[in-house]
Order: sequence, then C-alpha cells, then structure tokens
Amino acid sequence: MIDITGRVLSVWRRNLDAFLRTYRVNFIPPFVEPVLYLLALGFGLGTYIETVDGIPYPVFIAPALVSISVMYSAFFECTYSSFVRMYYQKTFDAIIATPVSTDEVIAGEMLWGATRGMIYATLMLPVLLLFGVVSMPSSLLLIPFAFLAGLLFAGIAMCFTAITPSIDALNYPSFLFITPMFLFSGTFFPLDLLPQPIQYFALAVLPLTHVVSINRAITLSAFSPINLFNLIWIIVATAFFFVLAIGLMKRRLIV
Amino acid sequence: MLYSHDSTGISGGTIIGGVIVARDLEKRFEELIAVDRIAFQVQEGEIFGFLGPNGAGKTTTMKMIQCISPKTSGTLQVFGMDVDTHQREIKSCLGVVPQETNLDPDFSAYRNLLVYARYFGIPKREAEPRAEELLAFMQLEEKRDVLIDKLSGGMKRRLIIARALINAPELLILDEPTIGLDPQARHLIWEKLRNLQAAGNTLVLTTHYLDEAERLCDRLVIMDHGKILIEGAPADLIREYAGSNVVEVKRTEEAVSCLTGLEVNYDLAGDMLQVFTDRPNDVARGFLEACGHEVMVAVRPATLEDVFLRMTGRRLRE
Repeated sequence: MIDITGRVLSVWRRNLDAFLRTYRVNFIPPFVEPVLYLLALGFGLGTYIETVDGIPYPVFIAPALVSISVMYSAFFECTYSSFVRMYYQKTFDAIIATPVSTDEVIAGEMLWGATRGMIYATLMLPVLLLFGVVSMPSSLLLIPFAFLAGLLFAGIAMCFTAITPSIDALNYPSFLFITPMFLFSGTFFPLDLLPQPIQYFALAVLPLTHVVSINRAITLSAFSPINLFNLIWIIVATAFFFVLAIGLMKRRLIV
Repeated sequence: MLYSHDSTGISGGTIIGGVIVARDLEKRFEELIAVDRIAFQVQEGEIFGFLGPNGAGKTTTMKMIQCISPKTSGTLQVFGMDVDTHQREIKSCLGVVPQETNLDPDFSAYRNLLVYARYFGIPKREAEPRAEELLAFMQLEEKRDVLIDKLSGGMKRRLIIARALINAPELLILDEPTIGLDPQARHLIWEKLRNLQAAGNTLVLTTHYLDEAERLCDRLVIMDHGKILIEGAPADLIREYAGSNVVEVKRTEEAVSCLTGLEVNYDLAGDMLQVFTDRPNDVARGFLEACGHEVMVAVRPATLEDVFLRMTGRRLRE
C-alpha cells in the first residue's frame, strides 16, 4: 500500500530550497524561451502562415509554449535531476533513514516536479501577456492546470527513472518520447493536418496532446466538450503513473 | 549535558532484554544468504561493535536495524518494537551515520542540519539552536556556511555525525564512522563518541579498524559469511582466542623444525610464524636455547587483530 503523510512536504521543501538557492539561473528559461519561440516561430515563420483556423499564428502557438515548458521542466526534473539525487548524491538514502518513508520521498519528488512546471508557467504568463497573445482573465487558469499537467509528466518521468540502468539510458525516453511529443501534439500545427490514424494515436498515447488542447482553450477562452475528455484523460493518467512510479521505485530502492 | 538520556526507554519504562534484540535473524538476496540466522542483544548505554571482513553481513545487519532493508525471517526488535511494523517510530529515535557520505551537496553545513531536522518534523525554532550546538560539538562552527564540496573528508564525517544527532537519538548506528580519516580526525571522533556514550546513548558501530574496536567497544561480535563467530568484550576475546602474548619468528625451515621439535603450536602468518601463549618468555627462551641466536624473535601483547585474523583467516575477500 502507499504510505504518504504530511512528511511528504519535507521532501518537497528540500527541492524548493535547493531551487531557490540558485534561482537566478532557474528563472532564465521561462522568460527567455517564450521570447525566442515567439520571435522566431510566431513572428518570423508566422508571417508566412498568418492564421491557423482563423487564429493568428503567435496566438496559436502561445499555449503550446506553456505546455512544452511544463512538460520539459517536470519531465527533466524527475528524470535526470531525480536520478542524480537518487544515484549520485544518495539523497534518497539519507532521507529514508529518517521517519520519512520511501513513498513520501518519491511522491515529494513528483510534487516538486509539478511545482516546478507551475512556477515556469507562472513566470511565462507575463511575457505572453506582454506580447498580447493570451486573453485574460481565463489565462490565469494556466497556472493551476500547469500543476496537474506537471504532475502527469513527473509521474511518467519517475517511472523511467525507476527502471533506468544508468543516467545515459534516460536519453531514450527524452529523444524517443518527449521530442516527438514536442512536435506532434498539436503544438505548432493543428493535429487534424495529420493522417487520421496518427491523430488517434496522438490522442491515445501522447499526453501533451491533451495538455495543449486544454491550454489552448484556456488562452483563447474558448472551451468545448473535447476539453472535458482531455481533462479526464489527464486525471486518470496522472493517478495511474503516480501510483506506478511509487511502486517501481520501491522495487528499486527497498532491497 | 548534551543529549543525555535517562535510564528509561522511549516508552517510559525500562526496555526489557536490550535496546536491540535479534533472534534467528536472516537476510537473503535471492540465492545469497547475507545474514544467516544470527542472534545478538545490544544493552542500553553500551558501545557494541560489528567486525568482519567485507561481505560478512555487517552493513546488511545495520540496514535491517535501521528499518530500511526488510528482514527475510527471524525477529528483530529495536526499543522493544518490531522493525516490520514500527518503522517510523524506530527511525524517529535513531541516529544513522552511513558508510557512504550522503550529505546534501546543494546546501551549506548548517542548512544540511536544518533540512535534515525537517525530515524528523522538528520545528525550525528548535532545530536552529540545536544545529548551532551540534556544529560546535563537532568543531565545525567555522564551516557553518560552507558548501559540502568544500569540506575535507574528516569534516564531512564529523558533519554526518552531527546530522545523525539532530533528533537527539537514543541509539546511534555508525557504519564505519572513521573510514579514510587521518589519525587526528579519528581521535576526535572517538572522543566525541565516548562523550555520547557518557551521556547515556547506546552506540552500535561497524569498523574495519581493529584498534578502533578495541578502544571503543564494550562488547563486539566478529562476523563472517553471515554468521556471528564470537562475541564478547575485546579483552576477554583476546585472552580467550589469542592468549596474552604473541611470539613472532621469521618463517624459515629451521624455525619451523625447531618449533615442531619443541612441540609448540604455531600459526603461519605470511612470512612469520606466530605462537599465541600466556607464557611468552618461556617460549622465547626455549626457542633461543634450542635454535641458536641467529634468528629474530619478537614478543608482543596479543591484539584484537590477532583474534580477528585467527577467526576469519588471512585469505583476501572480494
């Protein structure tokens, strides 16, 4: 059974403290990334595209940029960074010698991954507002939703971390799973341009598809029934990977 | 007094039978039997040592006591509580010094202690003065705000002991506390560990340094291949398994035939012959009279190392 108490917060706080200690470098990506993407793709490439489904191209890609940033920050936090803490720094070993359980260590790591995604979404929002590519106040919903989406990617990441033999092997999911998602989840062009089987494939197994779909509804302030399906998919998948990650990690750590 | 404990256990009553009680304790990793149905008891207030070659099962035993590695069978109680069912309760009164230095490299020495205190749920206002006090106790005040990477090996070990004391534990588990340290650092750590014992703490340690075990431990066990070979106070073990003294002679054919002629039992120890005896002068005199004065004969007191090597053999492990 899963054994989680309020002590999970002590693990989460450890990561927050470490993040804030080096906040200057950590705060660069969420400010710089949207500027670079919007200039290069939105306003550069975008001059040839003008509109997608009647939406100006920069406005079309803005929610995708938030989704991608949440995915990357949560996924990389709970793969490479968690692996370093687990394997090289032995931080997990140090923590489980205290009354904190293994379940709480792993849950705390995933909650932190989600928080990091949420921090990035929060920092991106004023930049996107400045470019005038998101509508308010609905776009404030990007922030709480980033936590849920972050938790999904953190859970998936932690499953890979639990089974990876080495830090190098984490490159497989990064390149074979995350990078294709970055391109083929309705991020920079609408999903319906793809052949129908691939569309179904994307909806079935590419979590970013659902995240982009919801974030786009949020920034355009235009919700549709499909978003309810997106949300249910994300909640079910998040719960599944959260529990699976803890199980796989306990198998790895408790010998 | 720093971290003193009264004579009653955490439950309020005296713990019957010892702080740690193990019976038929076994740990298997698939085919490998790491700990083979051992029994031991650690009494309150003593320093108890686990000695043995690499792979003897010492660290595995420590991990079962710490409730981080589940036992395969047998019983193991810490503070009268079962390790399978009371992990959090046991862990909250334990201090652990692991073999590998796993301080948090993202923080300074002081912040390491505070972050660790948080895992125990110690409120910040209590943790802060305690962290300062522990830095002073381990003579690390000057390194308070230094990141872990910048500390020497000895400082890291001292900080890890300070960290293990953050929750004022009643039982301290130390897995090779002075590994890789210079003599100055080792002596300082020994002094601190004796201070902790004097304050009423119970200490359990593993070590490869037999002089360390001889100096520190009230009682110890020597393990090999997952089993406990012998148990007792260092002085008693030396008397029983090595005698008071050792007569050492350089190993030559002449010396071997001479000792055989004298009907003295000897051990082969590399390029030396060793005679363990309570009458070293008689043995040495007899040897010199019988075999002439050309050979070097040395007489020295027996040590725990002699016992250790006699019990576990001289063959290299791993």
